[in-house]
Amino acid sequence: MTKLLEVKDLTISFNTYNGEVQAVRGVSFDLNEGETLAIVGESGSGKSVTSTAIMGLLPKSNAIVKSGQILYQGEDLLKKSPKEMQKIRGQEISMVFQDPMTSLNPTMKIGKQIAEVIIKHQNVSRNEAYERTVELLREVGIPNPEQRIKEYPHQFSGGMRQRVVIAMALACNPKILICDEPTTALDVTIQAQILELMKDIQKRTNTAIIFITHDLGVVANVADRVAVMYAGKVVETGTVDDIFYDPRHPYTWGLLGSMPTPDSKEEQLYAIPGTPPDMLNPPKGDAFAPRNQFAMEIDTVMEPPMFKVSDTHYAATWLLHPNAPKVEMPESVKRRIQGIGKLRKKGGIKI
Amino acid sequence: MLRYLIKRIGYMLLTLFLIATVTFFLMKLLPGTPLSAADKLSPEQQAIVLEKYGLNDPIPVQYVRYMSGLLKGDLGVSFAFDNTPVTKILMDRLGPSALLGFQAVIVGAIVGILLGLISSVFHNGIIDYTSTIIAVLGTSIPSFIFAGLLQYLFAVKLEIFPVALWGEPKHAILPTLALAITPMATCARFIRTEMVEVLNSQFILTARAKGLSEVAVVFRHGLRNALIPLVTIIGPMVVSLMTGSMVIEKIFAIPGIGEQFVDSVYVNDYPTIMGTTLLYASGFIVVLLIIDILYGIIDPRIRIGGGGK
Repeated sequence: MTKLLEVKDLTISFNTYNGEVQAVRGVSFDLNEGETLAIVGESGSGKSVTSTAIMGLLPKSNAIVKSGQILYQGEDLLKKSPKEMQKIRGQEISMVFQDPMTSLNPTMKIGKQIAEVIIKHQNVSRNEAYERTVELLREVGIPNPEQRIKEYPHQFSGGMRQRVVIAMALACNPKILICDEPTTALDVTIQAQILELMKDIQKRTNTAIIFITHDLGVVANVADRVAVMYAGKVVETGTVDDIFYDPRHPYTWGLLGSMPTPDSKEEQLYAIPGTPPDMLNPPKGDAFAPRNQFAMEIDTVMEPPMFKVSDTHYAATWLLHPNAPKVEMPESVKRRIQGIGKLRKKGGIKI
Repeated sequence: MLRYLIKRIGYMLLTLFLIATVTFFLMKLLPGTPLSAADKLSPEQQAIVLEKYGLNDPIPVQYVRYMSGLLKGDLGVSFAFDNTPVTKILMDRLGPSALLGFQAVIVGAIVGILLGLISSVFHNGIIDYTSTIIAVLGTSIPSFIFAGLLQYLFAVKLEIFPVALWGEPKHAILPTLALAITPMATCARFIRTEMVEVLNSQFILTARAKGLSEVAVVFRHGLRNALIPLVTIIGPMVVSLMTGSMVIEKIFAIPGIGEQFVDSVYVNDYPTIMGTTLLYASGFIVVLLIIDILYGIIDPRIRIGGGGK
């Protein structure tokens, strides 16, 4: 497997009236060809900012990339000129946004919105571009595409619009597809359809996908590897099995514990206590420490490094230090993990 | 669509009828008669004249007579201008006003949209502040002050354009500029606000994510969406400018409708007052209809008369 994208020590801040918001604080991960990496975390954990940075679409007015590299096929995207980034966006790396209701231009026919990407990046005639558009719409499961390219976004339902957005993102066969919570704004049955579609597309085109979500059900369903983000950092990363069967970071425990499964109906749903830290003044040491029932003294003093659990599995918690006391994950989380395991054996979690 | 049009035209005629009625009775409430200023006529002569024009009849009778004339397209004859038909007065005077107003809206809208566009693209930069200042000055300085400045600079000092009068194309330049300042400022401020909002919307981010150039993003995806609401304010602006500006026409001595309207109110020239009012009113009504139809064309989300799905 070759590395397609390497994010190294990415640090991004936003200047606001209140001061500097440290949205991303030294994030590193990589993405291999043809795999799906899920980035999981709660709102404000920096997952969307990271993906926006990869696209080169951070707001110029107040976002600063303080350090780090985003290597795409060995070249640093952060050093590219705006013109060079335009060539990469849509052609090499493309993106599907959260809300299909607002991410299409309301006054442009959808055929034109898709064809315009093809015309921009590929040396084809208008007619060829439109033929390809019809083909794309058929591939993403829109019936009667010859007719529908002449229609406007408001004539499509939410799920159909998201299919259009996906078709648009796939128009130039990108190497990487970034999906920023693509199913969050859709209702559950449509979510399942869209996820099936994306898995199907990946099988056919071998596109690498970065899937940003806060929905662990979705992660279990689509991801090969998972990066868990908290307060602008990756706190645990591993294969989907590592994260779901052998989670090591207390925050991951919390996330899994707060995910309902059919077995869990008797129990009260677990919620991680407290609130996410204020990124204007991130706490010293481990940012999760104030909400962590297993926090030790060192957590308030020093940030934990990434400890290796296995070749694929790393977690940033002092609990993995050889000198740390042995801490078992809470019973409720264990039961939840068993519940998830049963579900997955039955043929995957259908959210 | 056809059904919609017929219905709309029906409503338009009803509106015109109501406006004509209300104006007629309000006008009769004005103090004085058309002869108030004519001291040279003896009471007997005045009585003869009033009788001749039917002004001694009860007001309802006069109203019915006027309205039946109106149905035949007859606006009556002016009391002030030697029996000239009102239609002819309006036609003669509409030309200069309409031309000036049209030019002013075109110039004002184009310059205003450009200013607003530049402002929004360089949001909160020096260029934005400069063009906002221009727009605020344009809104706050009355057009007659601007007219005087233009006359002083271009006619008196530089002697490039004539100070006033009407006839050749060069006469139209200064009054057009003076009139254009208001629509320019309005458009600039409006487009700036709209564009800033549109450029922050999600579909603009999508357009950028597609790798489109900044020019394509701003013009192809941004501007059209910002222009749609502008249609609503530009329509009435066209009407009010094309039907004549009293002040500007006076300053530049232009034989337009605005000047005419004021004069006819002074002398109680009933048919001319009615004629001018109806011209304004029908202008507005027709333009509003055109705007509604235009909306359907430029904004696909609105399709008139159940034409869409």
